[in-house]
Amino acid sequence: MTDLFSKFDELIALREGLLSSGVTDPFNLVMEKVESPTVAICNGRRTILLGTYNYMGMTFDPDVIAAGKKALDEFGSGTTGSRVLNGTYVGHRAVEDALKDFYAMDHAMVFSTGYQANLGIISTIAGKDDYIILDIDSHASIYDGCAMGNAQIVPFRHNDVEALEKRLKRVPQGAGKLVVLEGVYSMLGDIAPLKEMIAVSKANGAMVLVDEAHSMGFIGENGRGVAEAQGVMDDVDFIIGTFSKSVGTVGGFCVSNHPKFEILRLVCRPYVFTASLPPSVVATAATSIRKLMDSADKRAHLWENSKRLHAGLRQLGFKLGTDEPQSAIIAVIMPDLETGAAMWEALLKEGLYVNLARPPATPAGMTLLRCSLCAEHSSDQVEEILGMFAAAGRATGCI
Amino acid sequence: MTDRDHTEAKIRDLIDPFNKKGAEISGSTRFAQDLEWDSLTVMDFVASVEDEFDILISMNRAAEIETVDQLIDAVRQLVSER
Repeated sequence: MTDLFSKFDELIALREGLLSSGVTDPFNLVMEKVESPTVAICNGRRTILLGTYNYMGMTFDPDVIAAGKKALDEFGSGTTGSRVLNGTYVGHRAVEDALKDFYAMDHAMVFSTGYQANLGIISTIAGKDDYIILDIDSHASIYDGCAMGNAQIVPFRHNDVEALEKRLKRVPQGAGKLVVLEGVYSMLGDIAPLKEMIAVSKANGAMVLVDEAHSMGFIGENGRGVAEAQGVMDDVDFIIGTFSKSVGTVGGFCVSNHPKFEILRLVCRPYVFTASLPPSVVATAATSIRKLMDSADKRAHLWENSKRLHAGLRQLGFKLGTDEPQSAIIAVIMPDLETGAAMWEALLKEGLYVNLARPPATPAGMTLLRCSLCAEHSSDQVEEILGMFAAAGRATGCI
Repeated sequence: MTDRDHTEAKIRDLIDPFNKKGAEISGSTRFAQDLEWDSLTVMDFVASVEDEFDILISMNRAAEIETVDQLIDAVRQLVSER
């Protein structure tokens, strides 16, 4: 009998080799208590969280919590049904209304996770004879959506407008074209030149989908994302987003002005063949989304945090993913996985949690320590974080 | 020189800058195994082939191409469909 697991042998060996050096397993951390959006107890130690996607710090917002508790009391713990059968409650409609208001768009469709939103929308609108032209560094959920729909996948070099344009021009005449872009690329924290990319996409007759998962709530005057910041919201056909980042709970969505958009509710398999979100989740999401509309002060503070951390880390001598801070993600580039794991562990001992990211999630085989800031990190906390990086960096020989 | 020879010569020229190991190239040379190209190298190489012949090689198509000979055949077919 062939052991179907033998294909994982290389990864198992890599992992065992790393752990045998005595380093704490970076992919097996348990948070015993969570005190706030920025502090948790890990291994009995008070730890500053710098690896969450809780950009706007909404997870402990009193209004959000109250809305969730009320829905739990009034509607129960779950829907036990699909959105198209018994799984649409008033709360699901309310959160879709909140999204329509937030983005000023005609249609909103809520999925059970952000992954499913990409999987569902991309696989449903682009089929076997259609072409999807996408950035090579696209998220796994985008690639999986392309594969599920069996579309022709054409990648182009990361953020390269000319490479995108060349490929668009070579798509066979008459074929359907979907260009898939992300506002913020989550590994290095860099943003896309959406204005230029959307212009060439439209000039070549393509529809455009932009995943704004890592920009919602923070980037753009109203927190609508990079497309808003670059003034091209009206040219985007579909925006994909998630509730598991700035919104502070779980779920995914697509908003659009396409006149036929609502038909997707009947033909999109990852929407139909799964249970809808629990009532408490959609209630917290709707409350959080409406509060994010008026969060200009928090957005300003988050930018301050991002700028300070970026400048401070650079001053300490760390190599960063971007020359300027472009989002709430600051990626510290490590020379290799061993050093990255040692640095990650040293930071944890200092009382700081960051994300260790390694291939295949990262571009160009990089090992990264990914820091993601929160609007609830105080300026003092950011200074404390820089002190921890200095100590851990010196202890591991990184700086 | 036949058409196929012509295509092959061009492809060999395109392989050259990516052939860091200086491996001997034949029709049965496999890109992943013999030249040890990673996914980024493959993308850059595919882009150079696309630009040279003004064609589009989708990931779906590229996934079926393992050897130099298979690439030559695929390029010739794509050029003829253009």
